[in-house]
Amino acid sequence: MALLEVECVTKRFGGLAALDAVSLSVRQGEIYGLIGPNGAGKTTLFNCMTGLYSVTGGQVRLDGKAIHNRKPHEIVRQGFARTFQNIRLFPNMTALENVMVGRHVRSRASVLGAVLRDKRTRAEEAAIRERAQELLHFVGLGRKGRALASHLAYGEQRRLEIARALATEPRLLALDEPVAGMNPTERRQMADFFRKLRDTGVSLLLIEHDVKLVMGLCDRVAVLDYGKKIAEGAPEAVQRDPAVIAAYLGVEAA
Amino acid sequence: MPVIKFFRQRPQLTLLLLAVLLAVLPFLVGAGLGKSWIRVLDFALLYVLLALGLNIVVGYAGLLDLGYIAFYALGAYLYAWLASPHFGLHLPFWAVLPIGALLAGLFGVLLGAPTLRLRGDYLAIVTLGFGEIIRIFMNNLNAPVNITNGPQGMNLIDPIAFGDFTFKGTHHFFGIAFSSAHLYYYLFLGFVLLAMLIALRLQDSRIGRAWAAIREDEVAAAAMGINTRNVKLLAFAMGATFGGLAGGLFAAFQGFISPESFGLMESIMILCMIVLGGMGNIPGVILGAVLLTVLPEALRYLGDAQRALLGHVALDPADLRMLLFGVALILMMLFRPEGLLPSRRRQRELHPEDGPGEQASLYDSRG
Repeated sequence: MALLEVECVTKRFGGLAALDAVSLSVRQGEIYGLIGPNGAGKTTLFNCMTGLYSVTGGQVRLDGKAIHNRKPHEIVRQGFARTFQNIRLFPNMTALENVMVGRHVRSRASVLGAVLRDKRTRAEEAAIRERAQELLHFVGLGRKGRALASHLAYGEQRRLEIARALATEPRLLALDEPVAGMNPTERRQMADFFRKLRDTGVSLLLIEHDVKLVMGLCDRVAVLDYGKKIAEGAPEAVQRDPAVIAAYLGVEAA
Repeated sequence: MPVIKFFRQRPQLTLLLLAVLLAVLPFLVGAGLGKSWIRVLDFALLYVLLALGLNIVVGYAGLLDLGYIAFYALGAYLYAWLASPHFGLHLPFWAVLPIGALLAGLFGVLLGAPTLRLRGDYLAIVTLGFGEIIRIFMNNLNAPVNITNGPQGMNLIDPIAFGDFTFKGTHHFFGIAFSSAHLYYYLFLGFVLLAMLIALRLQDSRIGRAWAAIREDEVAAAAMGINTRNVKLLAFAMGATFGGLAGGLFAAFQGFISPESFGLMESIMILCMIVLGGMGNIPGVILGAVLLTVLPEALRYLGDAQRALLGHVALDPADLRMLLFGVALILMMLFRPEGLLPSRRRQRELHPEDGPGEQASLYDSRG
C-alpha cells in the first residue's frame, strides 16, 4: 500500500475546476516530484492534501486513513507536514523557537503542567529544546538558533521552515518549491540535503519548477496541467511524453 | 545605567528589597499621601490583575478583545449574588471567587467559540458588542424577576472574611493598625503575584509558544500541528478567568456594584494599560496598569492647585485627564508604539532595523 494515496481529487472554486479528478500515490521512502506550468494546480493540491482547503470530491489517504477535509493539525498529527511556497515562518520568533513550535503536536504539557512546572513538564520542555537544536544542526543552522527568523538569509529561512516541519515528526513531507530563488550551487546542496532527508526515513513530495533538479532527484514525477494529471512515471519517461512537452512548450498549430 | 547594573547583578538582594518595599508600601503611601491613596493602591492592583488577564488574550494570542470588562462584571455580579442580602445567600469568599472565575472562564469560551474565524477589527467589534450586551443585561434584569437590581446596582455585599475575621473595619496586629484598605492591599497583592507567576510560566511554555505562533501566522501555526481553535479558546478562557477573579475581588472590596462600573470605557482603559505599558511583557503590563490608575488620581490635585492659585477651577481635572490621556496615547503611537517596557518580540516587530537587528548580525558574523 502506498504511503499517500490521492484519488480523483477535485477542487472547484465557483465554476473553475482548479483540480479535476487528480490521482497519484507516493510510496514509502520515495522522493516524488509534482511539476507543471504556473497555475496548473500544484499548490492547490498541496492545500487540499494538508487540510487548508476542503476537497470538492475525491479522497486523500495517508497510510490508508482518509485525511481529506480534516483539520490541518489532525493531518500533521498523522505524520504529514508541509512547507509553503512563500515562506511562512514566525518572523519575530527566534530560529530555535520556530522549530520548538513544531514540537507542539508531539508534546502534551497542559496549562496546569505549564503553571506548576512539574518534573514531567520540565523534562518535556528540555526534550523539546534539545530536539529543536538537533534539527537546526541537521539543516545546517546549528549556530543560528538565537537569530530571529526574519533576520535569516533567504536560503536559511527555507531550511528553517523544513526544520520546523521535521519537528512534527512527519513520515511524509510536502515541500512547495523549496529551491525557488536559489542559485545552482545552493540547489545542488538542497538536492543532496533532500537525499539525506529521505535516508532518515522521511518520504518527500515536492513541487518544483526546476525540471533539471526534479529529473535528477525524484524517483517518480507527476505532471499537472490545468488541474489535470497529464503524465506520471519515471522522470526520463515523463520528460519524453508528448503531452508534457506540449504543456510546457505549447503545441504547434497543425 | 550603573544603578540598574548594580541590581541586575544582585537578583536576590533586589527581590528582597522589592518584597520589603511592597510589604510596607501601603503604610508609606498612607503616611505620605493620605489614607485615600491606599484605596488607589488597591484599585491599581485590581487593574494589574485585569491587565494581566487581558494581556493573555491580546498580548500573547493577538486576539483584540474590546469586551473584556464583561468578565469582570460577571465575576462581580456572581460574587454579589452569592454573598449579599439580595438573594439572602452568604457563601464564603473562598467558594464564591473560584465559582466567579470559572463562570467568567466559561463565558470566555462562549464568546470565543463563535468568533474563532474572526480576526483584528471584526473580532474587536464582536467582543465590544459582547461587553455591551452583558452590561445592558445587568442594567435591565430587575424585572420581571429582580436578578441584578438594575441600574441601582447591588448593595451590602459581604466583605472578604475568614470565619469571624472580616476585612471590614480596622484590625490590630503587633500594635499596628491595619485598615480595611491595608488588608485588601495584601490580599490583592497575593493574587497579583499568583497571576504574574501563572502568566510568566504560561508565556514560556508549549502553550505560550502556540499562542505566539498563532499571533504571528495563524495558517502556519495550523500547518505546524497547532489546534488553533482550542488554543485560541484557551486564551479567551484564561483571560476571562483572571477577569472574573478580579471582578469578585472588586465586589467584595467595594461592597457595592452597579452596571456603571462595567462600561466600554473600562474595557478600553484596560487595553490602553497594556498598549501603553508594553503588550506581551508582564513588567510592562504592570507598569501600564499602575500608571493609568495612579496618574488620573494624581491629576485631581491639579483642581486643588488651581483653586489655591486662581481662586477657582479653570480647567476641570476630569476633562484634563482625558485630554492628557489622549495626547499621551498619540505621542506613544508616534514615538514608542511598542509601549514603555515592551517584550523583545514586540520591539523587534515595530523596530525591525534597530538594536536587536544589529545584535543578530553580530551573531551571524560569528556563525
